[in-house]
This record gives sequence, C-alpha cells and structure tokens, in this order.
Amino acid sequence: MSRLHSSRTGIFVAVCGLLMAGYGIYRGEISVVLEKAINICMECIGIG
Amino acid sequence: MDKRKKIKEPKRHGVQALWALLTNSYLAGFLQGKIYQGKLKTLCVPGLNCYSCPGAVGACPIGAMQAVIGSWNFKFAFYVAGFLMFVGGLMGRFVCGWLCPFGLIQDLLHKLPFWKKLETFRGDRLLRKLKYIILLIFVILMPMVLVDVLGQGAPYFCKLICPAGTLEGGMPLVLLNQSMQNALGLLYAWKNLLLLVTILLSILIYRPFCKYICPLGAVYSVFNPISVFRYRVDQEACINCGVCAKVCKMQVNPAKNANHPECIRCGVCRNSCPVKALH
Repeated sequence: MSRLHSSRTGIFVAVCGLLMAGYGIYRGEISVVLEKAINICMECIGIG
Repeated sequence: MDKRKKIKEPKRHGVQALWALLTNSYLAGFLQGKIYQGKLKTLCVPGLNCYSCPGAVGACPIGAMQAVIGSWNFKFAFYVAGFLMFVGGLMGRFVCGWLCPFGLIQDLLHKLPFWKKLETFRGDRLLRKLKYIILLIFVILMPMVLVDVLGQGAPYFCKLICPAGTLEGGMPLVLLNQSMQNALGLLYAWKNLLLLVTILLSILIYRPFCKYICPLGAVYSVFNPISVFRYRVDQEACINCGVCAKVCKMQVNPAKNANHPECIRCGVCRNSCPVKALH
C-alpha cells in the first residue's frame, strides 16, 4: 500500500462519505442497522 | 512458455484470513447457534459478510443498505452510502482483493484442481455489467418500492440471490437449530442451489460472484479510478511485455488501465512485472 499513489479526488470523496455517514447517524439510521443486524435475518439465511 | 510460472502472488490470503477471523470473532455463536447482539453491529464491515453469520461482529453494508432503504421511515441510506464512499474513496476494490471473506472463499475454491480452468468466454465482458443491474434493482429499487402495508421492504438481494448469507449464516444456524430445520422450504432450497452453483463455478472461473453478481464490488468499482490508494504505471520503465495482463485473473490489462473497475488490487501484476513499472 505504501507504494500506491494518492489522489485528491479520492480524499474529497472519502471526506464527503464521512459527512454523509455522519448525517445518516444524526438522523438515526444506525438504529435500523443495529436492529436488523442483531436479529437473525430470516430472508438472508433463506427461511423468511 | 507457461505463464503460470510468472505469477507472483503476494501474501494476501493470510491478510484475508486474519480479517475474516477478526470480523467473525464471536466464536461462541458457532457453538450456541446464535448471533452476536452487541453494539458493534452498528458498524459496517467493508466486505460482504452476512450479519446473520454466528461469528459476525459487524454489519454487512449491502444488508444494512437494504434494511435502511426498506424501512418505513428512511428511503435513502446516508450512513451506509457514506461509509461505502469513504471506503471506496480511500481504497476502491482493494476491499474485494484483501478484506472480503467471500472473496477469500472463492480464491480458495479456485485453487482446487480442475482439468480445465476457464479464464474468459464469449459474453464475459457483457456479463460483468450484471452486477450493476443487480445493485440497482435488488439492493435499491425493490426494497424501496415493493413494500408491505407498514411501508417496509424486504432485503431482496439477500433473500433471493446472496450465496454468502446461505453459507455464512444459513448453513451454520440451520445445522445448530432444530426449530429452523423445521421451517425450511423452497427458498432455502433455492438459495442452496445458488450457493452450489457459485461453488462449482468458483472452481472453474476465478471469482465468478465478484465478477458478475456482487453489488458491493459494483459500488467499489466506481471508485477504483479515483481512490487514494491505487496503482500507477511508470510509462518510462514499462517495456510493454504484457506479463501484467497475462497474469491478471480478473482479465484486466494494467499497462493500459491500472485502475480498471474490475481490478481487485490483488497485487499479482505488480509482483510479476519484470521491470517493476507498476507501483
């Protein structure tokens, strides 16, 4: 990885991503993620 | 000349295995037939890793995206989309090559001996667009539009397609729970059939799920050309010998486009370059 090269566009996109993720957390999306993730997803395993 | 002799694989499988173990470290779940229910599961992992895997300590970003889009109160997943932009902006499909447990499984399956390995076929390039269609239809549109009376949509990609959920979640949980065994039906049979096809194809073709189906790979592929960590070709050093293209199992030609959307940054081309022109 150390020999790979950086990109300003990539940094900009990553920062935008962080801001978007932060907004998602602010409006409460992670509670939906947590609720889905801590219960067995019947659809995912092929039962529901 | 046997081109296989030129392939120099970096020590990637160790990193993949370590990461898979780290993100599936709730080992008690495999003994008890239960899943981890701690707060860590609010965090997404970068690779395709079913959150109903008994060992999973994080959330699958594709499953999480469908959960938020399919919820009654949110119709866009800022948190998951932002997470994917963050990871993609930093490393693109490096995740596919190094940090995805289902990628590791396919890598290992492809090492199994078979009389003829298929590198490419007619329609290969076109079929690679399928993952973008699957992302749009099964991950975004269907959970958004096909909702029940409460306004909730199902995770249609997980339900109808994802073989990782069957392998990582379905099989261990069903094996360890009598009540689940009694609830098996056509859907479970369908998903196991898809898993079987994926396994057989993985022996024949290198990473068929990543090439043709994976919506997460589709997302990260968009970021490949602009990600912070990416490859660069030293055009002055490159002798156009074609070794990098020959050793690439994703059928990319790094000398022409080192950051092609199909590149999973496995590093084989970089290690195989005789003049070290790929950085």
